[in-house]
Amino acid sequence: MITPRIADIWVYLSASPLLWLTITLIAYQGAYWIYARANFHPLLNPVPIAIVALVLALEATGTGYPAYFEGAQFVHFLLGPATVALAVPLYAQFDKLRRLLLPLGGALVAGSVTAIVSVLAIGWALGASDATLLSLAPKSVTAPIAMGITEKLGGIPSLTAVLVILTGISGAVMAKYVLDALRIRDFGVRGFAVGVAAHGIGTARAFQVSEEAGAFAGLGMGLNGLLTAVLVPVVVSLIRHF
Amino acid sequence: MLAAITTLLVYQLVGEVLVHFFALPVPGPVVGMFLLFLSLWAKGSIPDGLHTTANTILQHLSLLFVPAGVGVMVHFARVSGEVVPIVVAILASTALAIAAAALTMQGLIALRRRGAGKAPR
Repeated sequence: MITPRIADIWVYLSASPLLWLTITLIAYQGAYWIYARANFHPLLNPVPIAIVALVLALEATGTGYPAYFEGAQFVHFLLGPATVALAVPLYAQFDKLRRLLLPLGGALVAGSVTAIVSVLAIGWALGASDATLLSLAPKSVTAPIAMGITEKLGGIPSLTAVLVILTGISGAVMAKYVLDALRIRDFGVRGFAVGVAAHGIGTARAFQVSEEAGAFAGLGMGLNGLLTAVLVPVVVSLIRHF
Repeated sequence: MLAAITTLLVYQLVGEVLVHFFALPVPGPVVGMFLLFLSLWAKGSIPDGLHTTANTILQHLSLLFVPAGVGVMVHFARVSGEVVPIVVAILASTALAIAAAALTMQGLIALRRRGAGKAPR
């Protein structure tokens, strides 16, 4: 008698957003617990760990993404207000930012151009198709901007979303090693570089390290979103000329 | 807390309206962030409630990428044909971009400090 009742409960729960919303929060907090226990080791970033756990749970229960998103949308929705909230740490660091206008501008241009040109060059050298290259070009900026850029150029926006998330995770995981190897210690510089190269997921990591790094990362993410939207079409049309 | 959340949503809403009205190539929340920044600048201080709420949300910014990330992995099959070029290009390019931005910024700060003479900040 027990089995059909469990099946009934499952049918009821799987039709409600409560189940997957709760599981998303539990998966993230579990991943965060591991991350905190490991002293915020960059290789144990909670984003990829929670994602893998949830994908396995979806596979195991035969749940499709639309059913999952019914619940997870409440978390996803908060990305908007969180982006607006970036104005607060930005303003808190305003005095420091104001003194660094030129270094910030230079770093923005250098990081943005490097991100676009190097991903195209390496992808092309390794034989990626044209549609993939177009989808890769805006990979360092936040997903809604990147998808808009790709769409206008004739790439594949949903592929761009995949590549943007992969870039964010790679940046969040690698940044410490790259910056330590270059002996860059200033939290403002470290944060800004991560925000330019690895948008929101990099910014999230920067906030876990220091509020100053987070503020600079948020600024880098926002500015690079604007610059990349201008640069990618220019770079692509230059390449098509040759 | 409630007032702060309402503030964030109002700025996002205004941002979305402006983006659609002027067909801007930027997401609404980014415009909302810019407007909130300008408001804080005009006001000259950050209201306590807003500061606490913003910090609470931003501390868990990572969580907010999880639902989109799950969607991404579900669509991973699309990438599978070109996994090697894609993964290598992303890893190398992201490391290069971090290095380029950081070195340029550090270099320009050092350069200006030298230019400014003995007055280190």
